[in-house]
Amino acid sequence: MDKNEKKVGYMTSMSKPGKGCAGDTGEWRVFKPVKDEEKCNHCLLCWIFCPEATITKDIEIDYQYCKGCGICAVECPTGAITMVKEEKQ
Amino acid sequence: MRVLETGNHFVALAVRSAGVEVVPAYPITPQTQVIEKIADLIAEGEMEAEYIPVESEHSACAALISASLTGVRAFSATASHGLVYMHEMLHYAAGIRVPVVMANINRALGPGWNIWCDHQDAISQRDTGWLQVFVSSHQEIVDTVIQAFLVTENRDVLLPMMVNLDAFVLSHTYMDAEVPSPEEVKRYLPPYRPRWRLDTRLPVTHGSVVYPVDFSETRESMKEGQENAREIIREAAKGYEEMFGRWHGDLVEEYRVEDARHLILAMGSAAAECRVAVDSLREEGHSVGLLRVRFFRPFPVEEIRRLCQDRDDLLVMDRNYSYGLSGALYSEVKGVLYGRTNIPVRNLIMGLGGRDVTHQLIERMAVKAWKGELDDITWADSHSTKSHEITKEMLGRFEEMLD
Amino acid sequence: MVSFKSLPEEELFLAGSTACQGCPASLALRIAFKALGSNTILLVVASCTSVLQGSYPHSAINLPLMNAAFATGGATASGVVAGIKALVKRGELEEEPTVLMWAGDGGTYDIGIQALSGAAERETDFIYVCYNNEMYSNTGTQRSGATPIGAWTTTTPGGKVQHRKDIAQIMIAHRIPYVATASLAYPLDFYQKMLKAREIRGTKYIELLAPCPPGWKFPSSKMIEVSRMAVQCGMWLLYEHEDGENRFTGATKRMIEGKVKKKPVVDYLEVQGRFKQVLASPEGKEAERMLEEDVSESIRRLHGWVPEYI
Repeated sequence: MDKNEKKVGYMTSMSKPGKGCAGDTGEWRVFKPVKDEEKCNHCLLCWIFCPEATITKDIEIDYQYCKGCGICAVECPTGAITMVKEEKQ
Repeated sequence: MRVLETGNHFVALAVRSAGVEVVPAYPITPQTQVIEKIADLIAEGEMEAEYIPVESEHSACAALISASLTGVRAFSATASHGLVYMHEMLHYAAGIRVPVVMANINRALGPGWNIWCDHQDAISQRDTGWLQVFVSSHQEIVDTVIQAFLVTENRDVLLPMMVNLDAFVLSHTYMDAEVPSPEEVKRYLPPYRPRWRLDTRLPVTHGSVVYPVDFSETRESMKEGQENAREIIREAAKGYEEMFGRWHGDLVEEYRVEDARHLILAMGSAAAECRVAVDSLREEGHSVGLLRVRFFRPFPVEEIRRLCQDRDDLLVMDRNYSYGLSGALYSEVKGVLYGRTNIPVRNLIMGLGGRDVTHQLIERMAVKAWKGELDDITWADSHSTKSHEITKEMLGRFEEMLD
Repeated sequence: MVSFKSLPEEELFLAGSTACQGCPASLALRIAFKALGSNTILLVVASCTSVLQGSYPHSAINLPLMNAAFATGGATASGVVAGIKALVKRGELEEEPTVLMWAGDGGTYDIGIQALSGAAERETDFIYVCYNNEMYSNTGTQRSGATPIGAWTTTTPGGKVQHRKDIAQIMIAHRIPYVATASLAYPLDFYQKMLKAREIRGTKYIELLAPCPPGWKFPSSKMIEVSRMAVQCGMWLLYEHEDGENRFTGATKRMIEGKVKKKPVVDYLEVQGRFKQVLASPEGKEAERMLEEDVSESIRRLHGWVPEYI
């Protein structure tokens, strides 16, 4: 009776956790946060305020995923982070 | 254990024997005795389960789903407006693939308010993805609730099941029936082993956004679950008969159909009345049999094709109506027979809102149908009453006010 | 004393999500996860969080997560908590996970209030977090029961004319053991409130103001700044309710005690686009006055009186 013998089987909307579920979201950026190591006092405000978890506790910025919201630059008390226009091809 | 109980209490006793662990429920007439009995069994230490006294049926179904997703066996019960209020969550339960079981005590939908037997509540949930079975006796309630878990939890099914029993006719009447003990049921129904669950050892996200590129497959998978269920239902019924010696049919139950020229098709307790009608029509020399449709979903496509083709005609009884077309069972039966037979198929609408279904009326209508004296769709027990005259009088007075 | 340094480095919210730039909900999840840790079951009702977590088959959330229907927050939590109890009875769970229900203001103030109220009355043991962006952001910024008077939304094109409801007070009226408000501008305050909630048995309700950059019309870089201004002007009060008592916390406490001066509401209104129209209208001053009066009324309810220096 079944002309189509291919079966889907048990299939549900189950998803696997992983970084980059929306791809390399760094590509969304128009402005890029750039850290001045000299001015950084490691107060961790940029780390705690990053909505995307793209700044490590050692204040390393993950540009693959940083969306460039600019919160870190606004909140940095020493002015150690500046937003620089992205140069894109 | 053989006991004398109401249909509702038999649901509760079967739920205990099935080892249900979580029961979220909200009271509604005529379902209340089910959850009262379960609450009692838990309070008296006769049943190990968590009872969640939710604040609505929508929440009852939500908690039923999420409890099941933790990996435990879960059950609920409702009726009528409660079932319809759950509608969104019925889709959710099937879509998220939880093998839960719920008893629905078939009752009419208002307005006008009516607490009596009617299949409109369940039929309106036809396309939610739930398996739907209609039972016709107290013993069948017990045996079907237990079988339901074996079917839904089967890894080739994993869809929820609604066990439908008729308001008052079954829910509130006392009969004696056999209830297997939890220990006996364990040999038939093994502990629930979920395919996956909400587990901190293996975090996954469930119920994600699914884009068009993947959505169709999730729905085709549900379709396969329903298709697979047919064979699982047959096996579950057979296995139950082997272990407990009781048989109520699988997707359908046949009664004196072998040589019958005419067939009557019906669901629920009205089918029991049809059995009486068949016997007395046979005594009068009519060649008639009854095909009781137990499962409305998955629909018994093969059984109906096999059993209905070589007859003189079919008379389909519906205790529901799909407005703008016909009774629901009638249209389904015609649908699966299309192109395979040219015999007349007629529809009797009767027993709505608890109107008494008598075997005398069924017999009278059947004879009329066979003589070709009935329309394709006949509202068999509908007639003008004195109450209607009062309404007409008031409507007349409104007319005068508007003039 | 908790400091930023003592917060765990592990991220259970994974970078590269589908959230908008500067999304308050994603930051709130990140901090909440740090407080609760990995022995947590997350439940999410339909909201921006259903979407910002990514789509099938990828997820930005490294916790067992069930997405639930819009109106079902409280009930879904009750089901999970009952299931956990059953597993404990079976002896299959050594350490009970924390159950965290995550909902927006639509799912809390409006469509979900019945289920939430039911769960609280049943004393369900879970944490309910409402991240309140004062509008239906996910469907494109329509008015909700949490939208303040005067605010523009797509369904209040001339500005909302009704007051918002005070749902935290409604939750306090349920006599649950813990109710708190929080702000993303004060992450340690939020973190500590989550830690406390985890230790208390029963229903815990925490509400967080979540300024939505596209919905409120301000640049994403100012999300924390706007959050801070809401607290500084008193439009968002930080407090806890425990053992029948209200206790102001952090910046709000300092304001009530007179250690810092309350800022005018208008400063906060002016950094957002959603009040622009009403401020420019002939009723602008009246709207401003009504919002200031709202602040006083909220303080009065929690504190009994409004100190004269506020």
